[in-house]
Amino acid sequence: MGEGRGGDAPAPSPSPRRVLARFLARRRRLRLGLTLSGPLLWLLVAYIGALVALLVTSLFHNENVGVATEMVTDPALDNYRTIIDTPVYRDVAVRTIGAALAVTVIDLVIALPVAFFMAKVASTRSRRQLVIAITMPLWAGYLVKGYAWRGMLNPESGLIREVFGVSPGYGLGGTIIVLAYLWLPYMVIPIYAGLDRLPNSLLEASTDLGGTAGRTFRSVVLPLLVPSIVAGSIFTFSLTLGDFYINRLLGGTTQFIGNNIYSNFGVNLPLAAAYATVPILIMVGYLLAARATGALEEL
Amino acid sequence: MHRKGQRLAATAMALVFIGAACGSDDDGGGGGGASDTTAPVTQGAIGEGEGAVSILAWPYYAEDGSQDPNYDWVTAFEEDTGCEAEVKYFGTSDEAYTLFGTGDYDVVSASGDSSLRSVASGDAAAINTELVTHYDDLAPFLKEQAWNTVDDAVYGVPHGWGANVLQYNTDEVSPAPTSWGAVFDPDSPYAGKIAAYDSPIYIADAAVYLMATQPDLGIENPYALDEDQFAAAIDLLTVQKDLVSEYWSDYVAYEDNFRAGSTVLGTSWQIITNTLQADEPPSPVDAVLPEEGSTAWSDNWMIHADAANPNCAYEWINYITSPEVQATVATTFGEAPANLAACEGIADHCEAYHADDAEYYDQLHYWTTPTKECLDGRTDVECKDYADWVAAWTEVKG
Repeated sequence: MGEGRGGDAPAPSPSPRRVLARFLARRRRLRLGLTLSGPLLWLLVAYIGALVALLVTSLFHNENVGVATEMVTDPALDNYRTIIDTPVYRDVAVRTIGAALAVTVIDLVIALPVAFFMAKVASTRSRRQLVIAITMPLWAGYLVKGYAWRGMLNPESGLIREVFGVSPGYGLGGTIIVLAYLWLPYMVIPIYAGLDRLPNSLLEASTDLGGTAGRTFRSVVLPLLVPSIVAGSIFTFSLTLGDFYINRLLGGTTQFIGNNIYSNFGVNLPLAAAYATVPILIMVGYLLAARATGALEEL
Repeated sequence: MHRKGQRLAATAMALVFIGAACGSDDDGGGGGGASDTTAPVTQGAIGEGEGAVSILAWPYYAEDGSQDPNYDWVTAFEEDTGCEAEVKYFGTSDEAYTLFGTGDYDVVSASGDSSLRSVASGDAAAINTELVTHYDDLAPFLKEQAWNTVDDAVYGVPHGWGANVLQYNTDEVSPAPTSWGAVFDPDSPYAGKIAAYDSPIYIADAAVYLMATQPDLGIENPYALDEDQFAAAIDLLTVQKDLVSEYWSDYVAYEDNFRAGSTVLGTSWQIITNTLQADEPPSPVDAVLPEEGSTAWSDNWMIHADAANPNCAYEWINYITSPEVQATVATTFGEAPANLAACEGIADHCEAYHADDAEYYDQLHYWTTPTKECLDGRTDVECKDYADWVAAWTEVKG
C-alpha cells in the first residue's frame, strides 16, 4: 500500500483512513479535541444538562387543568419570589444551613485529633488499619445506618437513652448527630492526608524553639492544614445540605430543604426546581470561598 | 502558560463538536403532560404474557412472602401466569402519582387522591372491563365512580376500601380514645407521643374533626374547604404540631415507634394495628374508628398508558381481584374487599368491614384530590386546591 508514496508519479488515491490520519497528524489540537469530546459530551449533557434543565424548569409555573396541573413554559421569576416571600422556605433554608454548619464543626472537632493520631502517633501498620476502620462505615448502606440510628435514638428504649440516660430523640438534634456520624470519614481522610504530608521536622523545630503543644498546633499545624479542613468541610457541608432521607427518618417534625423539594416535586415541579437552586447557590459561594484558600487542590 | 492555552483550545474545539452534534436539541425543560382529547382506545384482548410485570402498590398489597412467609400471594401469581412481578411500595399518594408518572410501572393501586390526577396527566390507560374476569362481582357502589371513571371511560378497577383508624397503646392510653380529639387536644397528657400522617391529605383529617366539633364552619366535605374552613383546619394542625413527636410516612418506622412506646397515639391503617398485634409477644396496641367518622381510602388498580407489559398487567388485575386473593388481602390488610364473592369464606370479616353496605360506605370520606371548584357542589365560593394544600402542609410543618 505504501509503495505509491513519494516520487513524482501521481499517487494512487489513498484509503479514507489514511487521508484522515494524515489530516489529523498535522493538527494536534483537533486530535485532542476529538479525544475529549466523548467525556465532555457526557459532562455537558448528563451533568451540566441536568442542572440546566433544573434552572430552566424553575422559571416555569404550573396551571390547573381540572384536577391535573399543566406546566406552562412562560419564563418568569415567580417561583423565586414565592420562595423569598414565604417565611417557611426561608426558615427551612436557614435551618438546613445551620445543620450543615453544625455537622461540619462536629466532624472537624472529632476528625482533628483522630487524624493527628493516625498520621503522627500510630505505627505504620496500625495506621493502615485505622484508615480501614475509619472508612469501613462507608461500606454499609446509608439506609441501613439510618434505620440503625432510628433504633438507637428512640426516646423511650433506644441505646443512647439506655447508656446516657437521655436521648435527643427524633428531631433536629438527632438528625445532626446522625449526619455527623455518616459524613465523618469524609472529614478525617483529607485531614489525615494533609497531616501525613506535614514533615515531622516542622513539629520538632517548633518544640526546639520552645513551642508548647498548643502553640505548635495553632502556629504550625493548623495554618498548613487549612486547605485539608476546607476540603473536608466541602463534603460534610454539601452532603448535609443535600440530604433529605435521614431527616425524613429521624427529623421528627422538622424539615430540610430536601424534604421540601421532595414534597413539592410531584405537585409543583417548577417551585421544587426553584428551591433546589438554593443549595446550589450556597455551594457555589462556598466553593468560591474555598478556592480562595487553595483548598480545591486537596480534593 | 503555553500548555494552558493549548488545553483551552482543545476544550473549545471539543465544545464545537458537541455543539454540532447537539444541533438545536437544547431544550432543557420537559414539557407538561398534555391530556388527550380523543376518545380512549382500550386493549382488545389479553395476549400472551410478557413474562414480567412491574407493580406499584400500597404497602402489603403485593406480598411475596419475603417480609412474612404467611403473607404470600405474589408467588402463586407468578407461577400461574409466568409474569415475574416486581413490586415497589409507596407511602403516600403523592409518591404514587409521581412514581407512576415516570412510566416505569405497569400497574398501580391508586387511591382517589392520585387516580384522577394520573388520568388527567395522561398516565393512565382506559381499561376494557370485559377483559376483567371478576368485574361483575365487584361491589356496584365502587364501580364507575367519580374517582375511577372519566367521560364513561373506566380507568380503575376497584380493589378494596377502608377507613383510617385511631391507633393507641392499650397500656399507656386510658381510657381508650373514642374521638379524634385525642390527637388534637392541646392539653393532651400524651403530648410528645402523638403521631400524624405526613401528607397534605392529612388536612382532611383535621376537617373531619371540625365537621363534628365546629358545625358553624359548615364543612360538608373535608376535601372541599373554602378560605375560612381551610384556615380553621390549618390552625388546628398548627396547634397539633406541638403535640406531635413525628409525622410518619414510613409505616415500618411507625410500627417500631409503637413497639418502643415512643408513640402511643396516632392515625393509622388497620394493617399496621394487625401487624403489631401479631407480634410475638403481641404489642399492646389497638385501633378504633372514632365517633366523628374518618377519612378513608378506596383503591383502584390502574394500568399505565404506556405499560411495557399490558398483558401481564391485566393478568395481575384479574388475579388480585379474584375472590380467593381478595379474601386473603382483605383480611391481611384490614379492609373491605371490592369483590363481594370473596365474602363467602370470610363472612365475619365482610360484616365487620361493611363490605356490602353502600350506606356505610357513603359515610366515610375517601381521599380525593381537592380542586378550586368545590367538590361539595358549592359555586358561590372557591375552594382550596391541592397545590394550596401542599403549600399549607409545608407551613404547618414549618
